[in-house]
Amino acid sequence: MPDGTTGTGIGAAVKRVEDFRFLTGNGNYTDDINRPGQSYAYILRSPHAHARITSIDSSAAKAAAGVLAVFTGEDMQVGSLPCGWQIHSKDGSPMLEPEHPPLAKGKVRYVGDQVAVVIADTYSQAKDAAESIIVNYEVLPAAVSMSDALADKTLVHDDIGSNLCFDWEIGDEAAVDEAMSKAAHVTKIDLVNNRLVPNAMEPRAAIGEFDRATGEYTLYTTSQNPHVIRLLMGAFVLSIPEHKLRVVAPDVGGGFGSKIYHYAEEAIVTWAAPKVGRPIKWVADRSESFVSDAHGRDQINHAELALDANGKFLALKVQTQANMGAYLSTFAPCVPTYLSATLLAGTYTTPVIHANVKAVFTNTVPVDAYRGAGRPESTYLIERIVDQAARETGIDKVEIRRRNFIPADAFPYQTPVALQYDSGDYEATLSSATKIADVAGFAARKAEAASRGKLRGMGYSTYLEACGIAPSAVVGSLGARAGLYESAEVRVHPTGSVTVFTGTHSHGQGHETTFAQLVSDRLGLPMENIEISHGDTNKVQFGMGTYGSRSLAVGGEALIRAVDKIIDKAKKIAAHVLEASADDIEFKDGNFTVAGTDKSMAFGEVALTAYVPHNFPHDELEPGLDEKAFYDPANFTFPGGCHICEVEIDPETGVTEVIKFTAVDDVGRVINPMIVEGQVHGGVAQGIGQALLEYAAYDDSGQLVTGSYMDYTMPRADNFPKFDVATEGTLCTHNTLGVKGVGEVGAIGSPPAVINAVIDALWDRGVRDMSMPATSEKVWLALQAAE
Amino acid sequence: MATVSMTVNGKSVSGEVEPRTLLVQFIREQLHLTGTHVGCDTSQCGACVVHVDGDSVKSCTMLAVQADGAEVTTIEGLANGDTLHPMQEAFRDNHGLQCGFCTPGMVMSAVDLLKKNPKPSEGEIREWLEGNICRCTGYHNIVKAVQQAAQA
Repeated sequence: MPDGTTGTGIGAAVKRVEDFRFLTGNGNYTDDINRPGQSYAYILRSPHAHARITSIDSSAAKAAAGVLAVFTGEDMQVGSLPCGWQIHSKDGSPMLEPEHPPLAKGKVRYVGDQVAVVIADTYSQAKDAAESIIVNYEVLPAAVSMSDALADKTLVHDDIGSNLCFDWEIGDEAAVDEAMSKAAHVTKIDLVNNRLVPNAMEPRAAIGEFDRATGEYTLYTTSQNPHVIRLLMGAFVLSIPEHKLRVVAPDVGGGFGSKIYHYAEEAIVTWAAPKVGRPIKWVADRSESFVSDAHGRDQINHAELALDANGKFLALKVQTQANMGAYLSTFAPCVPTYLSATLLAGTYTTPVIHANVKAVFTNTVPVDAYRGAGRPESTYLIERIVDQAARETGIDKVEIRRRNFIPADAFPYQTPVALQYDSGDYEATLSSATKIADVAGFAARKAEAASRGKLRGMGYSTYLEACGIAPSAVVGSLGARAGLYESAEVRVHPTGSVTVFTGTHSHGQGHETTFAQLVSDRLGLPMENIEISHGDTNKVQFGMGTYGSRSLAVGGEALIRAVDKIIDKAKKIAAHVLEASADDIEFKDGNFTVAGTDKSMAFGEVALTAYVPHNFPHDELEPGLDEKAFYDPANFTFPGGCHICEVEIDPETGVTEVIKFTAVDDVGRVINPMIVEGQVHGGVAQGIGQALLEYAAYDDSGQLVTGSYMDYTMPRADNFPKFDVATEGTLCTHNTLGVKGVGEVGAIGSPPAVINAVIDALWDRGVRDMSMPATSEKVWLALQAAE
Repeated sequence: MATVSMTVNGKSVSGEVEPRTLLVQFIREQLHLTGTHVGCDTSQCGACVVHVDGDSVKSCTMLAVQADGAEVTTIEGLANGDTLHPMQEAFRDNHGLQCGFCTPGMVMSAVDLLKKNPKPSEGEIREWLEGNICRCTGYHNIVKAVQQAAQA
């Protein structure tokens, strides 16, 4: 495969084909769609974290101007919003799985829980009418923190008897304990992985529609995976068969995981559409997003790392509490388990590892995957404890990493926590990052900063992640209730242009460009002859969508396989017309040539022959040129790399400024370096946001006190420097393209680099620990306390 | 209801609005110019930035009736047919957008910056764009785009 850096092939920084419409205001987001006769829904939400609903009087709302209907949980007798992953506790029992009604029945369990829906001619009428609904609540004590919830004094779900969703483990605990007992040194650390609100800039929205003539439902929704929504909502919640349910996810304004899940509002507008006889649009305002989008992270970890006298890691033991929120969101149970604990080897040869994860129900918004999903949590834990071990043993923090790296010649490498890494070179990314970050010049910069009264620090993260989600048989054995293959269809039209249908979904990732590059490269066609179609279950055969950095590694591979089927068939057609054997046909630069001759056919001629089959091998082939492929990956992919953060702290104010951030990531083969760098920039920004700024804070009564952009610190342009980003590649060994995935590396690798840098800056002033987010207040207080 | 009239992207428009109707609602719902987006409800995110009488304004922070008689430019009015404005071109050249949702507001804000400060420093660009939130790009390529446009 050519590895060119010009033109539109693999490796070229092709400008994005989707940009023109976004730059001219012609994007087509869900809220931009208006259906004939459309009405509007407003969702009345719980103001209490935990309360019994004793009565709902919606008579005044029903009589209000423009109101078409008001529905409550008693009206909406449908299936439970399903969870897509079942974890078993270490005693073999299945996780506790409470019912999750789209509209609350009997009890509300978090501030923001859906209580009623008002549907009216206009949004203002619906919202105004909702204010006249009288809900009587018997307010109950709320289990807000995980420690409170684990005491089981207040049950989030009375019927399941406990707030402990599951108590899971992985690894050999006896071997870990044995190694710990013989270790020269054991480093211990307690960490909180701060709860975050994903905050895609487009708020969630949904339009439900029902066609009486055909009996078909249509849902337009802000989703990363429309087929998954069709499956979950159709099969489990509303009992609508797939052939009568179309789900369209048009342009989607960012997801970061929060738009994977099947949400109540999607089911509500779809279910209610035939009842009011009109399409129904619901759009979240940002305040609603804060209390209804699944939150991210929210783990408490205790970890112990055993080392020998030379600083070699002997064992790692981890105890985690993971917040599930009030209900199980679609993928919540797999985040702290198979997407987190299985990563605890990181880039190191730690021979034995044990992790115990307790998942806890609380009276808070459901928690699920957010960019990185479990891998940022394990990476933060590993890279923090490694730094602390370096401090305690007096070994340099880079040297201790080098001593424990899985060497580049050790792949495939079997970790003690299930995963087998296929490729990587952690020394290469470390040494490359060290040069770019000018580590050699740091001491001088630190001294210069000190002369201005400022504190400089440098922090490392030599991380690894598993993505390209995922081999179906493997995840099935681990509790996934779905397969995680991907599909593609390549439809060659009679005059030789191509439409590609992919089951992945692009909501910022630039698939319309990258996937077109792949096809252009392989078929030798100009980019403008190739259209990438996604996001509509009536167009695309099937797909599992976009998350877990899977689109290229899984969806791209499916696409390549479909393209190769096209080439294979086209060769046979060309062989027939050129009166040669198919084995003698060579395909290059869009031409089919009989080897060693000047007899050839252009791709477009073959396409036309396939659709106007006057001279065609009918005995052997069917007419047409349209091929599909499903691809199920053989393994996860394993990007890794080194992030180095340099910060400067003003001890007078506690403000931390990121001076320089270097990310050298091994993401496998790069298709479009411009897009890859952009993905890393965005991920790093979210990681720095987690480390320094962002925190979803609840008060003791269960009110989200950071419920708007006035309170929740979103990273702004002036919070960052420009980032120094590079890739240093080893290839994935189990897909044709050699790609690993890039969507999440920035958010996974960066938080520990930032906090390690903050601690490094504060170390000489006596500060020994810092939690995320390292806000100016927290840093200032730590400095005061240390003095 | 009140009647408002204004010039939007060079065309005279008018409509009946409730007094509480925001300018962004008038633009999106009555004029069907959906390039201007709503990303928050506290005037923080800047997805709704348009130009009113030549200045960038968060159109969620202004009532439609306040724009009566004004000259309004939205993202749809920036390009000249298929020829992009230099700022739009710079965003495309520098991959200054990913999901595209914050982009219209970001571009409109950046255009106003260069009108008021044609040669801004990187720090001035970052400070100016502080009222526009992007969750995708980490701002790196947005800043590069504005720097390129300032050279144009």
